[in-house]
Order: sequence, then C-alpha cells, then structure tokens
Amino acid sequence: MAETLRVNPINCSGHGICAELLPELISLDEWGYPIIDPRPVPPALDLEARRTVAACPVLALRLIRQ
Amino acid sequence: MTTTAMDEPAAGSAAPANGLPRLLPLVPGVPEDLRAHLARYGRPPYRGGPGLLIHGAEAAGLTGRGGAAFPVYRKLAIVAGARGRKVIVANGAESEPASRKDALLLRVAPNLVLDGLQLAAEAIGASEARLYLHPGVSPEVLRALSQRAAAGIDWLGVTITEAPPRFLAGQESALVNRLGGGPALPTFVPPRVSERGLGGAPTLVQNVETLAHLALIARYGPRWFRALGTDTEPGSMLTTVHQANGTSQVIEVEIGTPLRTLLASQPQGAEAQALLIGGYHGAWLPMAQAAPLTLDNATLSQRGAAIGAGVIAALPADRCGLVEAARVARYLAVESAGQCGPCLNGLPRMAAGLAELARRGHRRQVRADLERWAGLVTGRGACNHPDGTVRFVASALTVFAPEIAVHARGHCSATNRRPFLLLPDGMPTTEDDWI
Amino acid sequence: MSGTTAFWYASRATGIVSLLLLTAVLVLGILVNRQGRLPGLPRFAVTSLHRNISLLAMAFIAVHVVTAVLDTYVNIPILAGVVPFASGYERVWLALGAVSFDIMLAMIITSLLRGRLNRTLWRAVHLLAYLSWPVAFAHSIGSSRDLQHGWLLDLGIACALIVAAAAIWRLAHAARQLPRAARVAAILARYSPPAGTKGPGQARERIAR
Repeated sequence: MAETLRVNPINCSGHGICAELLPELISLDEWGYPIIDPRPVPPALDLEARRTVAACPVLALRLIRQ
Repeated sequence: MTTTAMDEPAAGSAAPANGLPRLLPLVPGVPEDLRAHLARYGRPPYRGGPGLLIHGAEAAGLTGRGGAAFPVYRKLAIVAGARGRKVIVANGAESEPASRKDALLLRVAPNLVLDGLQLAAEAIGASEARLYLHPGVSPEVLRALSQRAAAGIDWLGVTITEAPPRFLAGQESALVNRLGGGPALPTFVPPRVSERGLGGAPTLVQNVETLAHLALIARYGPRWFRALGTDTEPGSMLTTVHQANGTSQVIEVEIGTPLRTLLASQPQGAEAQALLIGGYHGAWLPMAQAAPLTLDNATLSQRGAAIGAGVIAALPADRCGLVEAARVARYLAVESAGQCGPCLNGLPRMAAGLAELARRGHRRQVRADLERWAGLVTGRGACNHPDGTVRFVASALTVFAPEIAVHARGHCSATNRRPFLLLPDGMPTTEDDWI
Repeated sequence: MSGTTAFWYASRATGIVSLLLLTAVLVLGILVNRQGRLPGLPRFAVTSLHRNISLLAMAFIAVHVVTAVLDTYVNIPILAGVVPFASGYERVWLALGAVSFDIMLAMIITSLLRGRLNRTLWRAVHLLAYLSWPVAFAHSIGSSRDLQHGWLLDLGIACALIVAAAAIWRLAHAARQLPRAARVAAILARYSPPAGTKGPGQARERIAR
C-alpha cells in the first residue's frame, strides 16, 4: 500500500525537524519550509517516515494512503 | 444513447431557438422580474426526487463556470450520494477584479440563478441553501428572493451571507470558512468541502452562472444544451471582455468562439499588443499568437492558457506590459492569506522583483530570482493562489521579454502611463478585512 | 522530622528531582516553540528531550506520591495524588500538588491523542503549563520545610528565576508577532525600496509565529 508524505502548509511553521530526520525525502527551501518528495515512500524508509511524522512539533506532516 | 426523462424538455415549456442569448435577457441589460421570468421559462421543473438532474448535467456535459471547469455532475453526485445533512451554496462572490459576469447575471437574471440553486438543492437533498455575495447586494436579488418566497416556488429558504472583498473570498474552503462565521481564509484540503464542508456537512458549492445553466438544462434538456459549444466543452458562457480602447462588456458566447470575434476592431496604432486570458490567475499571450485561437480550454491549453474566470483583457500597444503585470502581481501578493510559508514569502518577493523589472534599469539577478521563487511556491500552498500567481507572472515574463530588455537599457516603450488593468484600491491590513 | 522512614526520604528526594525536571520541561517547551537550538545538538533533540523528560518527570512524580502514601508516619491516602483536599496532612499544600499533577496528566493525555484532537483544544490545555508549574512550585515550598532554607531554597529560587526568564522571553516574542493579516504587507514593504535604492534582498524570512 503506497503512502506519500504531505505537509499541511497552514500549520507548518518551518521548524525543519522533518528535513533533519528524513533528508532522503525532505529538504528545506530558502525560507526554511519543507520541500517534500511527491513520490511514494520507499518501504525501506517507512519506519523513518513514521518517526518523522510523529516528531513534528505542530503535527503538520502526515502520511497519506494513495 | 438512451433517452431519459431529462433528455426531453420539461412539459409546458417550449425550447428556445438554438441561439443566444440563453442566460442573459432578450433585451440586454433589462432585468426580468419574477413575472417576466415565469412567462419566459415557467416554474422551476422540480422532479420530485433527488438525482434526476444529475443525469441531465452529465449528459449535457456542463462544467463549472467559476474558473475550475470541473464537471458539474460529479460534484452533484458526490454530495447527493453522501449521508446525512447537506448544504448547497450559490457562489456569487466574483472575486476576480476584472470579471463582472456574475454581478451582471445576478442583476439581470437572478431568477435563473435561484432556479438553478433550488433544482440542485432538490437533486442533492440539501436541507440548507446559502447565497454568497460581495457587499452591496443588488436589489434585484433581494427582490427576486422575496417575490419567490411570496409565490411559494422555492424548495428551500435561502440565506444570504456577505463575502469580504478579497481575491480568495470565493475559494471553496475559504467560502465555507466564512459561511461558518470565520474569516474567508482557505483551509487545508483534504477533506474536500463536498465531503466535509459547512458544519461538517457535505457542501455543494456552485458558481452562480453554473446554476443558471443548470436551470435551463432542467427545462430544455441536455441535447438543447449541447446545440452550442464544442463536443468536449458544450454550451454557452459569459465572458467579460476588456477592449484595448478601455471599454468593457459582458457578452454571452458559445464556447469555441474565435477570440477575434470578441475583440472590437481598433483604429490603426491603437491595437492590442497582448491578451490576458482567464483573469489575474490566467496567462498572457502575444496578440499574434492569441488572435487565431478560440475560446475553449482544449485550444487554449495548448498555449498554456485556460478560460478560467472568463476574462479577456486586451492590453493596448501604448501601455507597458511590465508595469501592468507588476501592478497585478502586487495585488495578488497582498491578497495572499499569508498562512503558508512559501506563498507568504514568495509572492511579495515576486511582486517586488517584477516591480524592479518595470522600473528603468534592474539588477541582472532579478530574473533568476523570479524564476527560482516561481518554482518554489508552485504547489506548496493550501490553495492554488500561488500557482495561479506564478502562471500570471511567468507568462508575463515570457510575453514581455522584449520589454524587459528595453527596460534594462533604461528605456520604456510605453507612451501612456495611465494604469489599464482594473484593480481595487487599498489592501487588507487587519483580520476584519477578511470577514 | 523524627522517625522518618526511607519512604519519606524517597518522597522528598523525588519531589526535588521532579521540580528540576519540570523546570527543564517547561524551558524546553518554550525552546521548541521558539525553534531554538541546544548547542551541539540537532534540531529534533529539543523536541525529543521535551517529550521524554516530561514522561520522566511524570514517573518521578508518581514515585514521589506513592512513597509519601506508603510512609506510615503521616496518613496520606493515595487519592490525594490527584484529588485536592483529600489529605488530612498539610491539606492545602498537598492540594496544590494534586492540582498541578492533574493539569500535567491532562497535558500528557492530550499530547498523546494529539492527532485526533482539535488543535485549539490541545493548545489551550498545553498552555496550562504556565499554571501548573507555579502551582507545583508553591506545593514544593509549602509541603515540607526542605526548600524553605539552605541550598535547596537557593535551588528553588534558581528554578523560579529560570522559568520566569523563559516565560518573559516567550511573552516578548508573542508581543512582537505580526498578526497574520499584516505579514505579507510587511515583507512587501521590506522588499519594495523607495526610488533610488537597491532592489529585493536575499535575506531569509520566516513566518513570525
């Protein structure tokens, strides 16, 4: 079951923790906001992705089932 | 193709000749009161059950006239199929400053819009009907509502809610937010408003022109509707045309009309240099490229444009395209909800960059910055305001590239410094400006 | 206090440690909100420490309450840990402890269920931290004479000063915050120079939240 990472841009305040924890899929733009790889999360990174979602201080990141 | 009850005209009403106008009154500009409306169209043909109108909308191929061109039957079906309480909203908040079609329609044919609202409400089984309008509700709308209430022809009572004069006020989730008593700010989607909208109930939001078309389809059937327009984009549409000489009109045309026929011929030397198609989230095209095109998405999309809000603006040759684009870009920036980091940061920077290009002499870095910012904001907001803004800015940079070179050398080709594109005065500064 | 048992000592000790841990939790929470960093540590360390130390503090408080109950010198019912005024001994001071602990329980539970809760509700409960800490502090000073003199008094005062400084820092930022409706205009003003000066700069701009 394919899942993709999505950020709620309204809640996101640019902490940048997601990019730190999952640099394979998330990078930061020049203002500190996450740029997220739109492709499905590879199975090898699934656990890391879940940890990253849980680590967001404002819970702006989520895993969406396709 | 099997015929259903919806294919035949509703009993008692003769289908009009296959021509125009359809939505606009027979005598231009003269509003039809309820009596005239009933004389011309008869009472709204309620079907007595949900769903039948949806088949008609599907067979007719009606798409939304609010800018997104989404197939109407699909939205109707989603909300109709949902359980529990449902809400229907007629969206008359024409937030596009250059567009006047919805305002005109509500003034001269409010009963058609309200018919469509009632018929769609019955089709989806709504228990609440709302009309969302900018301030200064035309008296024709109020009069129509009270006459209809007195005549008892409405299936549901209609409540009017005022929309703030914001560019995003008509955006679906911002609309629902406002109707719920909050500010007209977009919210994160999912869930779509058709699944969870006003008060958590599935909410059908339709543009007022779309509802007017629906009211006619209900009477005359899908085949009548398809007599105009193209196979994939049937029907007629309202378009606001701004001529190069500064005049503007709202005209009803069939989809697929050549753009050339919309533009009034101008005297030598006063022709248009470029067309802005779709409104301020639309795209610029050079006149030479635009002139042979037709007003339908299939053709326009090949050139990176779309019907959008149905606005066509011809920029006169004596104006500066960069100056006009910079004015609009600034407007789009200050109309950002300011909720999402990329939009909040990118749009004002892009506006400032474009303003720098519009001045005489700019830094070489600016063009690269603009391209980078455009790439950074697309698709990264909660709504498509950044995307639409980028479409406008990017097409301006392409179409007015020669002018950028002229400005870089310290000159400007324009001979007329008067602003051309319509923009409202002032800008939102406090939270109250969004209520 | 004559005739004290190991339980009584344990309760006093875990109480002091709890106060220190709660001070750290509150400061770390403010640091998370302000997107601050701990030197030498990655960004996620701040939020991770905040969450983990809050759970550790709850564990220490649990031991603090249980050992006080188990101690036979004074009679404190177990209920007094969460129900104010349930204890005959030091009625008011222990009530403060119970109130503070109740708030912490609400904060922890709402945080664990955060994904399912309304954001405003979560935030409102979490803001009660600013109430919970002073109440816990008052409980610490009043329920036993430990913090009323000597180096433990100094320690208590130091914690209070740290919390006050952090809270003032947080409030100062909130006061400087631009309302949402003014944010875009502010950036536009910054990047639209008066005629004659240079154009848009390259500075980073974050949402002033």
